[in-house]
Amino acid sequence: MRQFLSWGRYPHLPQTPHPINWPEDISRALKMIAISGQGAGLAFGCGRSYGDSCLAESGHVLAMQHMDRVISADWDNGVILAQAGMTLAELIRIALPKGWFLPVSPGTKFVTLGGAVANDVHGKNHHVNGTFGRHVRQLVIQRSDEGVIQCSPFQRPDLFSATVGGLGLTGIILGVEVQLRPINSSQIDQRSYRFGELDEFFDLSRLHDASNEYAVAWVDCLAIGKQSGRGHYIVGNHSQSGLLEVAKASGLSMPFDPPISLINSASLRIFNTLYYHRQQRKEFNNTVDYDPFFYPLDRLQHWNRIYGRAGFQQYQCIVPESNGREVIGEIMQQIAKSGTGSFLAVLKQCGPLPSPGLMSFPMHGVSLALDFPQRDPLNGRLFKKLDALVHEAGGRLYPAKDAHMSSTHFKQAYPQWERVEALRDPQLLSQFWKRVTQ
Amino acid sequence: MNQNILIVGATSGIAEALARRYAAEGANLFLVGRNLEKLQTIASDLLARGAMGVQTFIMDANNSDLISAMTVSAWATFGSIDIAIVAHGTLPDQQRTEIDIPYAISELRTNAESVIACLIALAAKFEIQGSGVIAVIGSVAGDRGRASNYLYGAAKAALDTFASGLRVRLFKSGVHVLIVKPGFVATAMTADLDLPALLTVTPEKVSLDIQRAINKRKNVLYTPWFWSLIMLIIRWLPIVVFKRLKL
Repeated sequence: MRQFLSWGRYPHLPQTPHPINWPEDISRALKMIAISGQGAGLAFGCGRSYGDSCLAESGHVLAMQHMDRVISADWDNGVILAQAGMTLAELIRIALPKGWFLPVSPGTKFVTLGGAVANDVHGKNHHVNGTFGRHVRQLVIQRSDEGVIQCSPFQRPDLFSATVGGLGLTGIILGVEVQLRPINSSQIDQRSYRFGELDEFFDLSRLHDASNEYAVAWVDCLAIGKQSGRGHYIVGNHSQSGLLEVAKASGLSMPFDPPISLINSASLRIFNTLYYHRQQRKEFNNTVDYDPFFYPLDRLQHWNRIYGRAGFQQYQCIVPESNGREVIGEIMQQIAKSGTGSFLAVLKQCGPLPSPGLMSFPMHGVSLALDFPQRDPLNGRLFKKLDALVHEAGGRLYPAKDAHMSSTHFKQAYPQWERVEALRDPQLLSQFWKRVTQ
Repeated sequence: MNQNILIVGATSGIAEALARRYAAEGANLFLVGRNLEKLQTIASDLLARGAMGVQTFIMDANNSDLISAMTVSAWATFGSIDIAIVAHGTLPDQQRTEIDIPYAISELRTNAESVIACLIALAAKFEIQGSGVIAVIGSVAGDRGRASNYLYGAAKAALDTFASGLRVRLFKSGVHVLIVKPGFVATAMTADLDLPALLTVTPEKVSLDIQRAINKRKNVLYTPWFWSLIMLIIRWLPIVVFKRLKL
């Protein structure tokens, strides 16, 4: 069997899959993992968590991707209950022709419903709709000590809030009931603004976020001096009329692992400069399909391979609104000075809507995310500086992306972690959780 | 025109993937299996994915008394059947079949006799109907007996021979017979095997091949395609060489 790695492929801890086709397979697989004596297991969806939060203590995971059936669908009200292994791509394929879309879309559609809940994912509409968990009406969970249980904001609310954003530790998520959002068209009316510096982004965001459901910015992290903080700010809304068409799957794929990372400071500078100048006009309107709008990176399958065998780490932080502008500016300066970083950094102003999860990542403030090719001493030194800035400002890092956060910073940023630990299923434990709590 | 599809062994991984493809085209599906709960779960999933109608029928194919009732019920439900797929089967523990005779016999029954019983009942109905396709899931293991799984292989070889004869018989009636020979597929049946990752495919991929083969009225389908080359070599290896190999 092919073994699993996390999306960043760092740390390199191959996971042996135990395929789950029906709920009855779960206890059998967990028993086999327990017998192996290497520690606890964990549910594994699409493996889109970047660091070690999707890797089991034992190196044995329950492969949930074939648990992907619709249990019930109410197309009059857009409520769907599906098994947790269903991907968002599949859910879109089923729901979009009926005029329904995801209430919240993360940057890739290749995540499972269970993963979307366990990480309480957010997207370009956080300032309007909050996190994914806000649209979850009910969860079905299988625990090794209690069996199958249902929870919701009204039924076992303690377990519900510990499971949303709970990194899959409170039990195997079997079913997720989501409230979808209605759409009239599969297209997005998009408007894109080019900005020359970070301050301009914050002004644009303040001016346009409220009138657009979706808003995000791409920033060139390598530009220094006068060009520092340049980028594109993109907003969009669902078109009011048009066809309801599911996008065709992309055939493009990164077929192999290059021996070394194709991302280095030279290739990055060229790419970022080209990307910035792609749009010459200051402001640009057009209508685009939902797929490239929400999931541009899904167009190249296995894009994580461009970083070579060593893999990469993503750094995603969020800083509270009060001093977000200054702190993000400082962070970007540190990154520019280091000369490393990804194609583009993603900048997003998150809104004040509270997340239902005890450990949800988003807060009212500014979030920044970018990738770094895995280079041990270099990344370590830079992350240390960035971490200090983030935590001094009362911000936090995203566990779904993380492979380095210190235990001290974790406990400071997620003080509710002990309530999740208290509800953890004793047969489930991730490498991440072990690293930051023990 | 919505097609009417009958699937025996509808909870198997390959059958479920195939059923989803037909559901997406708006087909009517008649699902046959042993487990009511699983069949109902699959039925509601297929309806959400676009199936026009789904009927379930609980039956253990080893109980041959029920098979005719099943075909009668299927034809009564949809009037006619365009495609019937017989997909049930198990993967016997070869080592156990070498020492446990009742076990070996019962595995042979499940993988050969009960499938043939279904084919007999279906053939009678299709012959009268005068059109349609019967697809049966065989295996590359049926092409030549190998030490690692020759009881399973013997059962699948029986299906191969039976399907070949049936194809000739039904040709005159305008009914087509396809035998599918999958290689390694990651399904519940193979969950406990350590399959070579490079040769293993998903049931989604295999089901696409099967649907195309049905549309093109292919007689024999190796899926994925490279198994036709692998099995060509394996079939042509001289016995003196073959018996020394660990396959």
